[in-house]
Amino acid sequence: MIDEYINRGVPEPLVRGLVKEAEDVKLTKAEIKKALDRLENEYKDAYISPGEAIGVITAESFGEPGTQMTLNTFHFAGVAELNVTLGLPRLIELFDARSNVSTPAMEIYLDKAYTKENKDVKKVASLIKETKFREVASEFVINVLKLQVEVTLNKKNMADLHITEAKILEALQSGLKGVVVKQSKDGIIVLKPSSVEEDLKEVYKLREKAKECFIKGVKKISYVIPIKIGNEFVILASGSNLAGVLSLKEVDATRTITNNIHETAEVLGIDAAREAIIYEAEKVIKNQGLDIDVRHIMFIADLMTNTGKVKGITRSGITGEKESVLARASFETPIKHIINAALVGEIDPLDSVIENVIVNQPIPLGTGLPSLVAKMKNARI
Amino acid sequence: MADVYLNEKFVGEVQDTQAFVKQVRDDRRIGKLPETLNVFFDEVNRDVYLDNTKGRCRRPLIIVEDGESKLTQEHTKKLQNREIKWKDLISQKIIEYLDASEEENSYIALSENELTKDHTHLEIGPNIILGITTSLVPYANYGQSTRLNRGSKTQKQSLGLYASNYLIRMDTDASILHYPQRPITRSFMHDIAAYDQHPAGQNVTIALMSYKGYNMQDSIILNKDSVQRGLARSTFFRPYTTEELRYAGGLVDEIGIPNKEIKGYRSETDYRLIEEDGIIAPGIEVKEDDVIIGKTSPPRFLGDLEEFSIAANVRRESSTVVNHGEIGTVDMVLVTENQEGNKLVQVRLRHLRAPEVGDKFASRHGQKGVVGAIVPAVDLPFTTSGIVPDLIFSPHSLPSRMTISHLIEVLAGKVGSLSGRYPEGTSFSSESPELLRKELFSFGFREDGKEKLYNGITGEELEATIFVGNMYYMRLKHMVANKIHARASGRIQLLTRQPIEGRARGGGLRLGEMEKDCFVAHGASLLLKERFDSDRTVLYICEQCGMLAVYDAYKNRKFCPRCGGNVEINPIELSYAFKLLLDELRALGISPRLKLKSKY
Repeated sequence: MIDEYINRGVPEPLVRGLVKEAEDVKLTKAEIKKALDRLENEYKDAYISPGEAIGVITAESFGEPGTQMTLNTFHFAGVAELNVTLGLPRLIELFDARSNVSTPAMEIYLDKAYTKENKDVKKVASLIKETKFREVASEFVINVLKLQVEVTLNKKNMADLHITEAKILEALQSGLKGVVVKQSKDGIIVLKPSSVEEDLKEVYKLREKAKECFIKGVKKISYVIPIKIGNEFVILASGSNLAGVLSLKEVDATRTITNNIHETAEVLGIDAAREAIIYEAEKVIKNQGLDIDVRHIMFIADLMTNTGKVKGITRSGITGEKESVLARASFETPIKHIINAALVGEIDPLDSVIENVIVNQPIPLGTGLPSLVAKMKNARI
Repeated sequence: MADVYLNEKFVGEVQDTQAFVKQVRDDRRIGKLPETLNVFFDEVNRDVYLDNTKGRCRRPLIIVEDGESKLTQEHTKKLQNREIKWKDLISQKIIEYLDASEEENSYIALSENELTKDHTHLEIGPNIILGITTSLVPYANYGQSTRLNRGSKTQKQSLGLYASNYLIRMDTDASILHYPQRPITRSFMHDIAAYDQHPAGQNVTIALMSYKGYNMQDSIILNKDSVQRGLARSTFFRPYTTEELRYAGGLVDEIGIPNKEIKGYRSETDYRLIEEDGIIAPGIEVKEDDVIIGKTSPPRFLGDLEEFSIAANVRRESSTVVNHGEIGTVDMVLVTENQEGNKLVQVRLRHLRAPEVGDKFASRHGQKGVVGAIVPAVDLPFTTSGIVPDLIFSPHSLPSRMTISHLIEVLAGKVGSLSGRYPEGTSFSSESPELLRKELFSFGFREDGKEKLYNGITGEELEATIFVGNMYYMRLKHMVANKIHARASGRIQLLTRQPIEGRARGGGLRLGEMEKDCFVAHGASLLLKERFDSDRTVLYICEQCGMLAVYDAYKNRKFCPRCGGNVEINPIELSYAFKLLLDELRALGISPRLKLKSKY
């Protein structure tokens, strides 16, 4: 009986879910069948009619609340928490699929063993946060005579960040190529360019480079705050490095996310990127106190990811792939599109909406979509 | 040690800054230094600024010495008895004016009971935070500030008696309210601004209820009987001006009945109203395109046309005609001279404007709305004492806007009209609503201002009690008669063959891009096409080359200029704007071709 409904196009999880529930409350076979019939009807009622202008409806569903959004965009300046771009700028960034997110951020969930105690969480947080040499040093001095950089370490910061001197030396050695790293007896770290032609300029450069040298943590994660969500600790991080963070064993890889769609697609695949787009867009909309049906967001996410790559709604992304010259030209940079089309002699079949609005023909949507074909007996033409 | 600047210029240095500043202030107060001089000590940069220049914003404050206000009971009593004036307070150094920078050095108390030894000044009253128009709003301190802003803004748009000499004025877009009234609920600014001499509204009886859905979304219901009695009736004036200009070569415009030979002569009926001097007479009713001042101008390009044109040197028609869609009666004709000595003729039209559906009204609390229906009094609800409201206001306009002042005005207006006095509605020092309620009760009304109402149509008692009272309502200058706009067919643009823009020129109403999206979203394909058919054209296309072909209707022959007559040529229908796009592409060296295909 179950297969019968599945074969008729009702999604399997729905059918099985209903049957399971029905069996739990001990319905009879006939009653289950009645329920399944109802389910099938409801499901098919929810179908979108052929010729429905889903694209325009989605665009309007975003466009109308979008006008309310523009006004209250940067209201969150000065909040002590992580400052994340929200509102219309973020939505634009998201749908354009920009590779440089203006405020990269991560939500890092931890393995169960580390979520109870504040102390544990702080330790993991210090593991994740990228520590640069500058943060554990108290003074960078250039010794002009010996042409070397002498660095005094900040013991207190080192203790806070759980870093030993040996570790720092090791990190410096691997981080600074072509530099001799030594530690003098009084604990001062001496950096000396190993190249033959030593000059002061090189030493200056070395000092600046050494300041930014990576010591420990996950690269690109510049700031972390542990926050209690429900009864577990979660680390919010500014900066994004999904691959780096997931490689830590303390992190719960199944729930940790970044707000960078491209990175998600790279590390977790295109389906994850789709989910990420939906999650991020919903976050912005919820934050603004607006209500847009998820299915509109899902539709956009589908469009952006269905080729297997993340593509933005831009002239170089989805819109640029439209078949019609007129449609592309009416979106952005018309001259470029027309010239390129002229160069190769493109043909516009006038199959879609905008083209037909331009030439003023009925658009192939809604009432303009179906046409009547009469089959005539003994027709003489 | 501090630098001293007088009017932004360095003048010297002082040792003891505090003593110096105090000295300047004391000298100013005893009249040794001008009253307009302000002094400011910049504590951060340790500079002293003296300023006596024009254009600074200064405001009056009561001087405080040793925690005692210099304005005493005695002074207020004298002020009330009109024994002393504001001027005297200034000359007696009870009040002084501070500019924005001296204010920084002052410690100003908001009210007398919070004065301490440290205070230097006392605020005259909380009212002074409000401007002139804003002070006209009664009970403003009970409302929301944004609504207060809107309230004072709408007051500037109200019709009233804007000038008592309006009959001899030629203001553009002026209106006069026929029966303006002084407001029942008043504020001190009504006295100061002599509002009674130029009132801008009327006291109406309002009921706070809905009426058959005709007052949705801020619209209001007017009582037709009240309207016919003259409620919110106004006259609209529109002046038309023309001038006899002088041109190079001694040529001049001529005001008079234009000769039939001139270029651009209108029909004789258009000129029927003007008299021999070319000007219309007062009292004549006119409609659009009627000539009110006949005028001819010399030819535009003198000389070059003379050789070729037979109608050489003809004068042009340049009469003044009534604007598109307007009607009116000639109210006044003025013939005079302008500064250059040219003859100047002005004609003022007048048009009676009784309120109609779509006209805009507002109370003084930022509650504006348009008339949704004008209902005969017999159909309107009435109270037990037989009172029928002049205006019905929707209760939905209140909760989200929180204009409590609107409600209090209704209450105060009711008390005022019952007691025959003008309740004080000045912000921060108004009559308290509690006392108003008690007074209302003493007149035999419900304390909360609500009344039992009866349905005017069925006579049945309404289930709910309805808030009824009196308030001041203004008619705003936005009237449908000046804005109504529709078009079937008419003038089109030369380039795109689409309708021209603008109401005054009889243009079309644009169905823009977002409106188009709505049609698309509804799938209303053919309706969309029909809406965009304004520039529909039929083009003949050569099927061989895809370019425009020629149809010679006279010989009933089709041919392609390139491929000749023996090719298939078919008509297609498309928008002229698209044809224009194709032409422009051709001008750019791109050759778009049209490939035809049968749709069916």
